[in-house]
Amino acid sequence: MTENINDVNEKVTPEEKEEKPRLMKENDVDTVSKKQTAMKVLVQIALYAFLVIMALIVLFPFYWMIMSSFKTIDEYDALVPTLWPQNFRWDAYKVAFEKVDFGKIFLNTCYVGIVSTILSLVITVLAAYAFARFNFKGKNALFAAMLATMMIPGELFTITNYITTVGWFGWDNTFIILIVPFLVSVFYIYLLRQNFMQIPNELYLAAKVDGTSDLKYLWKVMIPLSAPTLISITILKMMGSWNSYIWPSLVNSDKAYWLMTVALRTADFGEGAYVDYPAQMAAVVLVTIPLFLVFLFFRKYIIRGVSRSGIKG
Amino acid sequence: MDNKKKNQWKAWLYLAPTVVLLLIFTVWPMINTLRMSVLEGYDSLKEIGGASFSFGFDNFKQIVEFYRFKDCMLTTILLTFITVPVSTLLALVIAVALNSIKFVKKTLQTIFFLPYVTNTIAIGMVFMAMFNRIPVGDTYSYGIINNIIQAFGGEPVNWINGGSSYWANIAVVSVYIIWNALPFKILVLLGGLQGVNKQYYDAAKVDGTSRFRTFWRITVPLLSPMIAYVVITGFIGGFKEYSSVLGIFGPSMGPGNHEMDTMVGLIYESVSEQQGQASAAALILFVIIFAVTMINMYVSKKKVHY
Repeated sequence: MTENINDVNEKVTPEEKEEKPRLMKENDVDTVSKKQTAMKVLVQIALYAFLVIMALIVLFPFYWMIMSSFKTIDEYDALVPTLWPQNFRWDAYKVAFEKVDFGKIFLNTCYVGIVSTILSLVITVLAAYAFARFNFKGKNALFAAMLATMMIPGELFTITNYITTVGWFGWDNTFIILIVPFLVSVFYIYLLRQNFMQIPNELYLAAKVDGTSDLKYLWKVMIPLSAPTLISITILKMMGSWNSYIWPSLVNSDKAYWLMTVALRTADFGEGAYVDYPAQMAAVVLVTIPLFLVFLFFRKYIIRGVSRSGIKG
Repeated sequence: MDNKKKNQWKAWLYLAPTVVLLLIFTVWPMINTLRMSVLEGYDSLKEIGGASFSFGFDNFKQIVEFYRFKDCMLTTILLTFITVPVSTLLALVIAVALNSIKFVKKTLQTIFFLPYVTNTIAIGMVFMAMFNRIPVGDTYSYGIINNIIQAFGGEPVNWINGGSSYWANIAVVSVYIIWNALPFKILVLLGGLQGVNKQYYDAAKVDGTSRFRTFWRITVPLLSPMIAYVVITGFIGGFKEYSSVLGIFGPSMGPGNHEMDTMVGLIYESVSEQQGQASAAALILFVIIFAVTMINMYVSKKKVHY
């Protein structure tokens, strides 16, 4: 408020300033409130300007990726860049599709994603159920120990898991090696357990009286009631297999078992001065669009999972 | 009584897959990492072949003295200490701005979240393309970022190509990490802002507090638990940085040969051989992350208002 009144004083004519101490006149109140609305509008304009500029910066890489993918190599390499392609050409997409072997790799990724999601859901549901509904010796200690493992960075496990799966099990160049080591997620068990515990115990006791078996109760009551969490887990897990790079590139050298990101990063678009950048950008578009589609349709579930985990992918 | 026993048995049956998988892929690795790090010159292939190794701390000495260790450490620390403060502050300002508008708020929110649902390696390749320069005849096609710099009268910079400077590389990777880190931070901070009681702001308004002061004296303290959360997760993520560099530079991890390599990169490069040293490096990284997290928690305990 002090600021605003100073502002008003600056604008008043010097003659008026002379008469001191001056009393507030009716129209002064008017100017003050007018000033305030003007300030408010100015602040709003500034906020929008800032947000729109930031949004454009955030969007620019996507824009550039899409525009580049429709250019010819010559247009892409031009000394003066074009912000809009002269002609929209799909040629780069054909090249990208072949170089990445997109169809085959897409199937690979979906296969690994679907199998690991299903298995992971079964394991997670059973474990969360045990923690939420049963009393057994060592329950709290086990749960605490499991939560404690979440603090250890995954990089610490990778070396041994590599030795175990490749050296001892001989699983290199298979799909199993991409699935089994990552089936258990303590975080998902924790999420689902919280969800299960919110379901009133009376429901369980009533079902017991009716002679419903535990598994049937789980299937008919608990799972439908925690569907949102299960959907979140499914989506994050599928996105995980689409985005995983480090482990697949370590253990599977055979192209037949590659996943999307490995194929994208390894695809050969040329060397040195002869890189086919439009095709590379087209490949990036092909990898990015499905993620955006999933985001558009399952926004709520993704944000649910993300805001609680802070783990990407 | 009988029923109770049956229940015990059932619970463990349901937990069996989880426990078995955790033992193999989580508990054993924890033990084995410690074990490998203190076996001199450990190599799993040799061990499978029947070799044994003597106890000692040679692995730690060798990895620390490894000629690339210091550079990897420096790069990791630089990237973390540049990107965490910048992205947190930027996310905070964006979140506050988003919280004080109504029209097209949802659309803007969606746009700011988009980088989160991308593939780090794929979009890293887009950033590469934006900063890349391509030789054309005896000159260059400088790339869109340099074209923008030129449009404002600046000189084109060799950002990521052969002969580019370390700081130019750091700048590019930092920009990418910040771009990538914003969505999560904005999401958490905006969630926090929406839970803030409006009365505080009304009181500030009545007192005639300036917007800037309101921001520092009311918004920041009230948001401090969320700020602490994004800073702590930011530091942990920063010390594990790897994919962003890989996306931009590819497996060479730099314009030439590993100039931008990070600690995690160093660990992964020695996974298939020299696992003793890789384990030592992983443990060193773990201790650093643990220590930094503890410091963060200690500081936030003193500063955070719950």
